[in-house]
Amino acid sequence: MSGAPVFRVSGIRKTYGDTIAVDEVSFEVPGGQIFGLIGPNGAGKTTTMECVEGLRKPDRGRIEVFGLDPIKSAHALQRRIGVQLQEAQLQKRIKVWEAIDLWASLFDATVDAEGVLDQLGLSDKRNAWFMTLSGGQKQRLFIALALINDPELVFLDELTTGLDPQARHTIWDLVRDIPARGKTVFLTTHLMEEAERLCDHVAIIDHGRIIDHDTPAELVARHCPQRSVIVSTTHPEAASHFDMLASVDTVTRVDDQLTIRGHGADLVTETIHCLSEHGMRVTAFRTEEPTLEDVFLTLTGRSVRE
Amino acid sequence: MTPMPVLATLRGLLKLTWLEIKIFVREPMGLIGNVVIPVGIFVVLGRAVGSRLGDLTSGFATQMRVGLPVFGAIFIAINTVLSLVAIIAIYREGGILKRLRATPLSPITILVAHVLVKLIFTAVTVTVMVLVGRRYYPAGTDVPVVSFTFAMLLSTWSILSLGFIIASLVRTARFAPPLGSLVLYSMLPFCGLFRPIDTFPDGMQIVARALPLTPAVSLLSGIWQGNPWSAHLGDVAALVVVFAVCTLIASRVFRWE
Repeated sequence: MSGAPVFRVSGIRKTYGDTIAVDEVSFEVPGGQIFGLIGPNGAGKTTTMECVEGLRKPDRGRIEVFGLDPIKSAHALQRRIGVQLQEAQLQKRIKVWEAIDLWASLFDATVDAEGVLDQLGLSDKRNAWFMTLSGGQKQRLFIALALINDPELVFLDELTTGLDPQARHTIWDLVRDIPARGKTVFLTTHLMEEAERLCDHVAIIDHGRIIDHDTPAELVARHCPQRSVIVSTTHPEAASHFDMLASVDTVTRVDDQLTIRGHGADLVTETIHCLSEHGMRVTAFRTEEPTLEDVFLTLTGRSVRE
Repeated sequence: MTPMPVLATLRGLLKLTWLEIKIFVREPMGLIGNVVIPVGIFVVLGRAVGSRLGDLTSGFATQMRVGLPVFGAIFIAINTVLSLVAIIAIYREGGILKRLRATPLSPITILVAHVLVKLIFTAVTVTVMVLVGRRYYPAGTDVPVVSFTFAMLLSTWSILSLGFIIASLVRTARFAPPLGSLVLYSMLPFCGLFRPIDTFPDGMQIVARALPLTPAVSLLSGIWQGNPWSAHLGDVAALVVVFAVCTLIASRVFRWE
């Protein structure tokens, strides 16, 4: 399944009036993984995704999904993709099973509907009206609808926005299972934690342009190589001992707490080694790894939440 | 775009239509507004004047015998269109239209399903009205019910296309019904319902004849009085033209989100 790209976006541009939503965006996504397009609100994530889904036509550029044009081959592609739209709603008084049943009737081949409901924890809600579902249940229903035709490629747009942490974790567990069945997931999120937990690859988009893309770990290593070890010790010589270590850049001390900043995978090992070598008594020890949040800050000079 | 196979489209259309009927019935206000109120008004007016028709001067009696049912029919048609305008606006604002559109259902199928639901409830309302009305309203006993219902559906179908334009022009669900009411109800005095169009000043006559409600009123009055369809081919043609023109405009300006 993996290897050949499932879809490829080449130099697309989309404007709404004077606003350039997406500009010269290019990337490709290999099969069998979770790919995330991440960035702040209004960065162009949804526009890009909706172009790939065939819901919007880019002003310029090319998109191929399974080698097909998403607009010209919309019908052929609809059987192979599953879509969850950002902030979508259904009819207020549609029942859960009716939505599943309608969607299932639109495709020749579908997975077992009861099985999907069960798997997404919606079995006891099958007769509930859409308007009575919680935010998390609604999103689980939308995932169910996106999976009903056993698609090869699943689109998830801001899936957990507005959900409480518990509902969010439930959804993450469900999404993580999707590639295990040989499917590819294309998701957008402005939550860096979500991207880190779910995505095999991410592309960071800001002001309609892709700034960089790679695995989350590679992006962090490339843009935020510095990590920190924070130890609490009363040892008077501690700071100067740590300063001597090869991978250490700076050591700062606030009362008994020392923050040791440095590069490379050996920083933690070297610090621990140094502690035992000098017989320092340590009352607290933790490490701080940079995250995609830091990568975004480094690349744009802004926090993703701003 | 490769079309969805005919059978699958039909299956999707029937499924969605049936689903929308069920959803419509679950909303008490919709059912009351579209079925109960028009029938109620008809019955109340019918009881009030129906039994006295024989005693009245012939001009007024005719007015009541023909004018009231036609007014009722037009009232139902306008209600139907307003309800379509409201539902399209609500569905668009809620992202439901967009969600449905991102499925193998073609956009046309989604809209046709809504038109079907509205026509089905129009037929239900007219049937109930005629059945209930027969008890109180002597004029209802010898009218061609089937023909009248058919004329009613044709008129509603034609005016529904105007509803799509209104639904496209209004940005929010909250303003759709008021604007729809304004457009549709302001046509009422000029469509020949209360005063024959021939009695209007010349300029007004031209405007009146161009209104989409005018051929509907003419057709409904004629059929109610027992005229053959062949006498109203012009009205039928006009309604088809209204539908064609409005659909063409709507397809250009219709917004899914």
